[in-house]
Amino acid sequence: MLEIRWHSRAGQGAVTGAKGLADVVSTTGKHVQAFAFYGSAKRGAAMTAYNRVDDAPIMNHEKFMAPDYVLVIDPALVYVADFTAFEKPDTVYIITTHLSTEELVASQPKLEGKKVYTVDCIKISQETIGKAIPNTPMLGALMKVSGMYEMDFFKENMIRVLKKLPQKIIDANMIAIQRAYDEVK
Amino acid sequence: MAESMELRDIEVWDGNMAASQALRQVQVDVVAAYPITPSTPIVENYAGFAANAYVDGEFVMTESEHGAMSCCIGASAAGGRVATATSSQGFALMVETLYSASGMRLPIILNVVNRAIGAPLNVNGDHSDMYMGRDTGWIQLDAYNPQHAYDLNFIAFKVAEDHDVRLPAMVHQDGFMTSHTAQGVHTMTDEAGFNFVGEFKPMNDMLDLDHPVTHGVQTEEDWHFEHKARQQHALMTAVIPKLEAAFDAFEALTGRRYNLVETHQMEDAEMAVICMGTSVETAMEVVNELRAQGIKAGVVGIRVFRPWPMERLVEVLKNVKAIGTLDRSSPHGTMGMLFNEISGSLFNTDTKAVLTNYIYGLGGRDLTKAHLVGIFNDLKANMDAGKPTTPLQQYIGLRGPKLSFF
Repeated sequence: MLEIRWHSRAGQGAVTGAKGLADVVSTTGKHVQAFAFYGSAKRGAAMTAYNRVDDAPIMNHEKFMAPDYVLVIDPALVYVADFTAFEKPDTVYIITTHLSTEELVASQPKLEGKKVYTVDCIKISQETIGKAIPNTPMLGALMKVSGMYEMDFFKENMIRVLKKLPQKIIDANMIAIQRAYDEVK
Repeated sequence: MAESMELRDIEVWDGNMAASQALRQVQVDVVAAYPITPSTPIVENYAGFAANAYVDGEFVMTESEHGAMSCCIGASAAGGRVATATSSQGFALMVETLYSASGMRLPIILNVVNRAIGAPLNVNGDHSDMYMGRDTGWIQLDAYNPQHAYDLNFIAFKVAEDHDVRLPAMVHQDGFMTSHTAQGVHTMTDEAGFNFVGEFKPMNDMLDLDHPVTHGVQTEEDWHFEHKARQQHALMTAVIPKLEAAFDAFEALTGRRYNLVETHQMEDAEMAVICMGTSVETAMEVVNELRAQGIKAGVVGIRVFRPWPMERLVEVLKNVKAIGTLDRSSPHGTMGMLFNEISGSLFNTDTKAVLTNYIYGLGGRDLTKAHLVGIFNDLKANMDAGKPTTPLQQYIGLRGPKLSFF
């Protein structure tokens, strides 16, 4: 079982990102689950979203999760959210920030000694999609760090997942995914 | 003619989308709805299908849930296939009309996305609304995941609309835990889905002007009791055989099996939990882990809540020595519903099982695997002692001092 927890603000696309990832993973024959915990929260409120991936059908519906990956798509949440909750010794963190990994760890001691990767998904999405929607670039970074899928396969499936959007937005998302894949450190 | 929609064999859908797609595929004549979280996306998706020519029927926006079900009643009496969706306070506002629908023998399908009922206000899932529906005279089916939410809609239409049944049916799913959780759903083609249910065949429809009928009559003392007896007779005798036939037919079509009562590892189980919704599946996973340690635990899931499958429950529980009934609704002044129903079901049998009750998950509070392990530890102690070693009703996952009664 692979488990992923997203930390986001309502409106940044974590639910869409988690469901999009589940959709892509499902095409490879694996079993998936994507859900979020936000209640009646307002736009901008801190929230979490979750993915489970397994070879067997996923029966577990508890919200509790000790994640393998923690994806933080809003830079401020590493200072205000309990983003290390129920971490495991080998939990991997991919964090959106304009800081370098060293600067980030120095500013947030909870990350010391952890497997931490950084990428500026906010800047990437602003420069490509034109809005701070950091969900799809984070998936590009996840593909690089996890080695889950080849980039061509992933992008091909994301085009299908995003098919209801205008073509130029889909194209911009593909550039954003590739940039995050290339830029995550 | 409605456009057909190409679906992949497995779509990643949440429970709401799964229900919306089922309503589209059976080609409902009238959906009348008023939105409420977390069921809103069912009718929102459906309205999108209607606007994009995937639906031939009417979509009616009403001023309230009371209005939505009233409109459904009118459309059903007129002779159409009818469905809607609601949750929580919206369900509560519908209650008066739910009794009208069942009393008038109108086969309306209501998707209930189970949610807590305020005060305090809470959009998250528990079973308060589902429990409120249990005396309304409707058939109640319970989904544990998005696949079930899809499949059970087809089964609900097929059984409810059968002329030997003619009773409305609710398809329940857990708010957020199913309704907003995306999982792989095996789909049917539009043609296969529609053909499983078939064309709607009206009975005593008001638009059959050659055979005029009256619906919603006043009977007073003279005939009320006989009407209610016939309604109960249909619910108690006609529904279960038709459900079993529909489950068989559905398995033949899709390979997916549903049962009145779902069981997991019950063949040689010494102790069991009984629950509903997503909790059934989480409990199954816990039981698999306990079995690996040699603990003979099992799970019983209620699939058909009304009519209550008493005979089947007696059968599956006959050899267990300890039973934990898990209720996701505040019992307000008594034991949980499942404790009472199971007690009543087992009272005239030879069972000596120790029966206890757990109240959990109110307002969306998480039921963790650790909670379930703790419950099975209690059941083991009860089994070994041959009597309750805990209070009969305990609260699970509650912050603050431990709360228990009796």
